[in-house]
Amino acid sequence: MTKVDISAKPSSRWSEFAIEAFIRVLGFSSIGLVALIFFFLLREGAPIFFETPPGDLFGARWYPTFDLFGTLPLILGSLLVTVTAIVIAVPLGVATAVFIREVAPTWTREVLKPMIEVLAGIPSVVLGFFGMTVVAPLVRTSLGVPTGLTAFTGALILAYMALPTLISVAEDALDAVPKSYRDASLAMGATHWQTIWRVVVPAARSGVVVAVMLGLGRAIGETMAVMMVTGNAARMPLSLDSIFRPVRTMTATIAAEMGEVAQGSTHYHALFGIGILLFLLTFIINLAAASTIFKRRRRGGLR
Amino acid sequence: MSPEPKIRIESVSYAYDGKSALGNVTLDVPTNAITVFFGPAGSGKTTLLRLINRLNDLVEGTRMSGRILLDGQDIYAPGTDVTGLRRRVGMVFALPLPLPASIRENVLYGPRLAGLQERTRLEEILTRSLVQAALWDEVKDRLDEPASALSGGQQQRLCIARSLALEPEVLLLDEPTSGLDPISTGKVEESLFELKRNYTIIIVPHSIQQAARVADYAAFLLMGELIEDRAGTQIFTAPRERRTEDYVTGRFG
Amino acid sequence: MNRYMVQRLGYVLLGLITLSVVFPILLVVGTVVAQGAAAISWEFLTTMPHGGMKAGGILPAIVGTLLLTLGTAFAAIPVGVGGAIYLAEYARDTWLTRLIRLAIINLAGIPSVVYGLFGLGLFVLFLQFGTSILAGSLTLAIMTLPVIISAAEEALRSVPTEFRTVIISLGGTRWQSIRHVVLPQALPGIITGVILGLLRAAGETAPILFTVAAFYLPSLPQSPFDQTMALPYHLYVISTQVPGMPPHIQNGTALVLLALVLSMSVLATIIRSYFRRRRQW
Repeated sequence: MTKVDISAKPSSRWSEFAIEAFIRVLGFSSIGLVALIFFFLLREGAPIFFETPPGDLFGARWYPTFDLFGTLPLILGSLLVTVTAIVIAVPLGVATAVFIREVAPTWTREVLKPMIEVLAGIPSVVLGFFGMTVVAPLVRTSLGVPTGLTAFTGALILAYMALPTLISVAEDALDAVPKSYRDASLAMGATHWQTIWRVVVPAARSGVVVAVMLGLGRAIGETMAVMMVTGNAARMPLSLDSIFRPVRTMTATIAAEMGEVAQGSTHYHALFGIGILLFLLTFIINLAAASTIFKRRRRGGLR
Repeated sequence: MSPEPKIRIESVSYAYDGKSALGNVTLDVPTNAITVFFGPAGSGKTTLLRLINRLNDLVEGTRMSGRILLDGQDIYAPGTDVTGLRRRVGMVFALPLPLPASIRENVLYGPRLAGLQERTRLEEILTRSLVQAALWDEVKDRLDEPASALSGGQQQRLCIARSLALEPEVLLLDEPTSGLDPISTGKVEESLFELKRNYTIIIVPHSIQQAARVADYAAFLLMGELIEDRAGTQIFTAPRERRTEDYVTGRFG
Repeated sequence: MNRYMVQRLGYVLLGLITLSVVFPILLVVGTVVAQGAAAISWEFLTTMPHGGMKAGGILPAIVGTLLLTLGTAFAAIPVGVGGAIYLAEYARDTWLTRLIRLAIINLAGIPSVVYGLFGLGLFVLFLQFGTSILAGSLTLAIMTLPVIISAAEEALRSVPTEFRTVIISLGGTRWQSIRHVVLPQALPGIITGVILGLLRAAGETAPILFTVAAFYLPSLPQSPFDQTMALPYHLYVISTQVPGMPPHIQNGTALVLLALVLSMSVLATIIRSYFRRRRQW
């Protein structure tokens, strides 16, 4: 019987080992990259904590030309725009997710999902451009404010940018609710509508929370669209009508001012310092979202 | 037939996730014959089978003691060439698993993975394997069609041909006909009778009737323990152990 | 009002809300197309700008975006697919693996402008690449990495495990099972994910602000160390920084960028559905 030569080739064993080692390195690269990013942000941003008394950094006036680096207006600006955006986006997003997943017939679903993917793909600068040229004038004329470039306009655009993430994660959460839950509810005589709101959505609660967290993270980090649409005035948004006035977010500040800044100057360090703050904020939000996901998976159940 | 068993299983115990799957099994598998591992579900027969080609290496969290000798050599000795072992000990699974490729590519996968490239040798192997698996006549004019187009029974015989292409010394079959209709089952069993002249075959049958039809030697496993093993079909007609008799007569199972 | 009426009204309400989500999408795309179409001409797409950007074409921006996207692809695909292979095929469920996944989630969440800062700090300054296509591509690549890894891992996991088992039982090594069966079968999903990641990279402005983008360059870039114009940055500048910019150039640029990104999205969808139909499992 002629045999296939099956003597072990020692070279192939080494190449298998080398390939696996190489792939292993690539696998660990993401940890290395996160560390690298944090390191370089610190490298360029840490000096600000020595050049300016920390109390001043949280002051209420951001006038870099006068060496005033109070970041409070920027932080509050980001907060205002982001929270408003989430307040707008969550009901819209959850309702849409419920509609797509629970109510819409298949053909409608097939049309809606690509449309939302289209929204996800529109570059933020294009949305900012649209916001500037179409939405802002609309806001100005319909609300009678001096300019349409306001926190509210920014929040509106931001809400729509966060929607695709929100909707898709919420959809997944609704999808994960076992059919048995729905069947049991219907078998007890509840209508589909009652089943949705009394059984399915509560069961998907934690998934929706994750969706909101991820949407929040997305919203805080958005740069171009808010920059083009919020008016870029680093004022403290303290009164109730501040929402209809210009503000400035942390992200827009970095983007707008970095180009004119001398490397190594205090202003430069301050901008990097804001970058560190943004990094930590999104890190915490993502950590919270991830731990919720992991906890859910380990428990194996729905809540 | 040489008096030395092809495979010797010595005091093998195996546990995964802390639960014992096999307890102190000792068994000889003779050369060029059909040996049957049978027993109820969960008895450890598939586990034992997978230990012989070290497929269990893929599973984490396992502990094994004892030895398994192939031609007198411990296959678990450190430094063993495992890929070489798997070319000497082939396996056919319970469900037909054609690879997403043509019939020809499926059969020749093993030799190609081993580095064989010579066209004429590959064609020889292709023909021989398909003939031995009793599939040649049905596919000889459509060797380049996708394997997924074949029927279930044909796919399973293709998988047998695929294993045979490497000219293994041992062929392990794990419930190979469980998804097949009676005619395909018959064809597979027939080919086994031909194959045992040149190969050592271990089969986990999917029914006692199949076990009785094909066995030259049979081993009854129950909850990880070897209850009895014997030559011939006497184990089915006149078992020595009470538990074997209970199982064979259908008192449990 | 009985329960079924409530249900009917509820459905309508949800539908209206969904419409209010979807309608603006159409509005945005429609407006950009309608207002920008007038500006599109062969000249617009293929000539260099002149007159302080207020006339002429946007060729260098288009070329720049294409070059950056290519550069991103070269850097991100090997690392991304390799990382995905590690996670799907080799990694065990240990704390280390969970740390990797956490890192990927974090990379996905880092604001784009922070990537810009990082790119400035590492590539432009520390490694002294200067503002260049190289710095910009590498920055975009790291930003795109999590998208590619996630998509590729999902594609790899969707390939049935049985194929791997069969190859191993035929005496193949783990890498052989990946190379011969798993990777080829996962390729359509991987390609789809890569395209989706790249289209995001093509549309980003903030990461390239400090790492590569220039507003006006007299000629097309010649080497990876050159600066370049890019569509997103160009649109940003001409709509916010240049007084007297003719609106049709702004609209035209917006349309070109949108068309580029949307066509990539359509391409990805086509690839996905075409190969799903031809799957042999």
